[in-house]
Amino acid sequence: MTSNFRAFPIVALLTILSLPLVVMYGFTILDSVTDTEPGSLVPTEFTVHHWRFLWDDTTGRGSVWTATLNTFIFAGSTAAIVCATSLTSAYALSRLNFPARRFFLAGVIILHAFPTITLIIAIFLILQFLGLFDTLIGVIMVKAALELPFGIWVMKGFYDTVPWEIEMAGVQDGASRFIVWHKLVLPQVQPGLSALLIFSFLSGWSEFILPLVLAPGSDAQVLSTYLAYFLLDDSLEVDFNLFKSVGLFYALPVILIYLIFQKKLMNIYGGGSKG
Amino acid sequence: MQLRLKNFTKTFDGLTVIDNLDLTVESGEMMALLGPSGCGKSTTLFTICGIHRMNGGTLHFGERDVSDLPSQKRNVGVVFQNYALYPHMNIRENIAFPLRVQKLDTATINRKVGEIAELVHIPELLGRRPAQLSGGQQQRVALARALVRQPDVLLLDEPLANLDAKLRLEMRSEIRRIQLETGITAILVTHDQVEAMSMCDRIALMKDGKIVQLSAPDQMYNDPVDTFVAGFLGNPPISYLDANVADGQFQTGGGGIAISDALKPKVSGQIQLGIRPEYFGPQFGSGLQGKISFVETQGREDLYNVTLSNGAVLRSIQPSGRRLKLGETVDWGVDADHALAFTTDGARI
Repeated sequence: MTSNFRAFPIVALLTILSLPLVVMYGFTILDSVTDTEPGSLVPTEFTVHHWRFLWDDTTGRGSVWTATLNTFIFAGSTAAIVCATSLTSAYALSRLNFPARRFFLAGVIILHAFPTITLIIAIFLILQFLGLFDTLIGVIMVKAALELPFGIWVMKGFYDTVPWEIEMAGVQDGASRFIVWHKLVLPQVQPGLSALLIFSFLSGWSEFILPLVLAPGSDAQVLSTYLAYFLLDDSLEVDFNLFKSVGLFYALPVILIYLIFQKKLMNIYGGGSKG
Repeated sequence: MQLRLKNFTKTFDGLTVIDNLDLTVESGEMMALLGPSGCGKSTTLFTICGIHRMNGGTLHFGERDVSDLPSQKRNVGVVFQNYALYPHMNIRENIAFPLRVQKLDTATINRKVGEIAELVHIPELLGRRPAQLSGGQQQRVALARALVRQPDVLLLDEPLANLDAKLRLEMRSEIRRIQLETGITAILVTHDQVEAMSMCDRIALMKDGKIVQLSAPDQMYNDPVDTFVAGFLGNPPISYLDANVADGQFQTGGGGIAISDALKPKVSGQIQLGIRPEYFGPQFGSGLQGKISFVETQGREDLYNVTLSNGAVLRSIQPSGRRLKLGETVDWGVDADHALAFTTDGARI
């Protein structure tokens, strides 16, 4: 009996369980390029009409390309800030003996567990006070701050797996602490860093509540709020096929990233890997 | 280069681990810091290389006072127990790292790496990664990396602990050869008396943060200052007997043992007698009766435990082939000149 054959019951079970998802994905893709009679499942004609949002302003809220650019800026800068800060602060928490280290460690955990939505009013007020309400920078800062505890905690886990002796050996070899960190420790946590980079980018890409509440205007809108407008705005006639196309457009980068980087993303759950 | 540690004191969280320790390692000498775990030998090593700070005392390399210098400026080479090779670099880059930090030019680096690889016999491994090497090879790389920038002192922290028995034997002589060839002053930290005795010029035997005895291996073996030292060196270990001095003999369970001329004027009353396994057996006549309570065949030799009538156990190591059985009664003698006498609280008489 081959191992493939033995795995057959599991494969069958998983197929049944994931079938609804596959069907949904299938129809999302299908409906975005076809028209279907009401009440029927079988499409009747091929059309690119539902993708008109790519060249027309269908919502009156500006081009989808501006929103896409905004989303890239939003997710990219969030990921950059999160990674840069986590990389350094996690090293400090893992290795350096500074005052109130335990307090900071506990603080990171508590912040990690804190539900974002409970903070939204306070954040709204602060942003308004700072004059950053309805700006991309404001949302970026908030999103990065809320992502940080997770990032720091993950990176600390990776730093903790690097043996002390490697750093001691580096110091004995005459390297400064900074060179030791940069040349000897950083390469060991690199898998964690790439995973965190992708993760925080995806998290920024899919963020909805923060841009919706903190940047409701059309200048700073991202794809998630752009997409939501098709449902939220009563003045627009609801066109579900259009909505599906925009959704597909929005999900495409995420699917691509997952396909390309799935191995690296698994690292983050492994808690680190060696060399 | 001579290394001098004076009045060295180290405390961790108020607990004094090492109190007023003095240690001088002569130039070109290989010194072993030997002792049971927790005796402070690794702490001493890490203080010498600058990872731990001293709470008191001074450290000199030759005439240079390095007590307050950071590790980077001390010029010490360290080989760690787990070798601490950099996993993301190949062997050449590992060995070159200390030189690259000094910003030497590539030609010099390549020449020096080549030389040191030659010395530790790994020139064919330079292109590999640490994970692709065996334990012994990693050990050689770690040595090469520690030696490549010609440190004043080489420190070895339990370098053989992670190797299997055969490799350990090989690396023992290899490390000694490399140390002798480079003429570097070296300190070896170990809890294995065989390593210390076979590799080093002198041994500092430590206990509870103090040096109990510091002397050459054979001297420490034959002339220990107390029962702790005598018991730490030697495998199979020395055995002790409670004895009484009477009628010009050590009186103990199962018979009497002659007193050597050297000891005669010094001993009286109740003492402890230390007898190493190689000095107890039929070749030394007779006088001690007992029963064989344990036999261990070691190939070349057999090890016997002999239980005397008062319950004390003496070990004896004999050339194999005698084929004595468990429970057999024997009447063996002790080499009086090599019996070690201690007071009842362990000090050497």
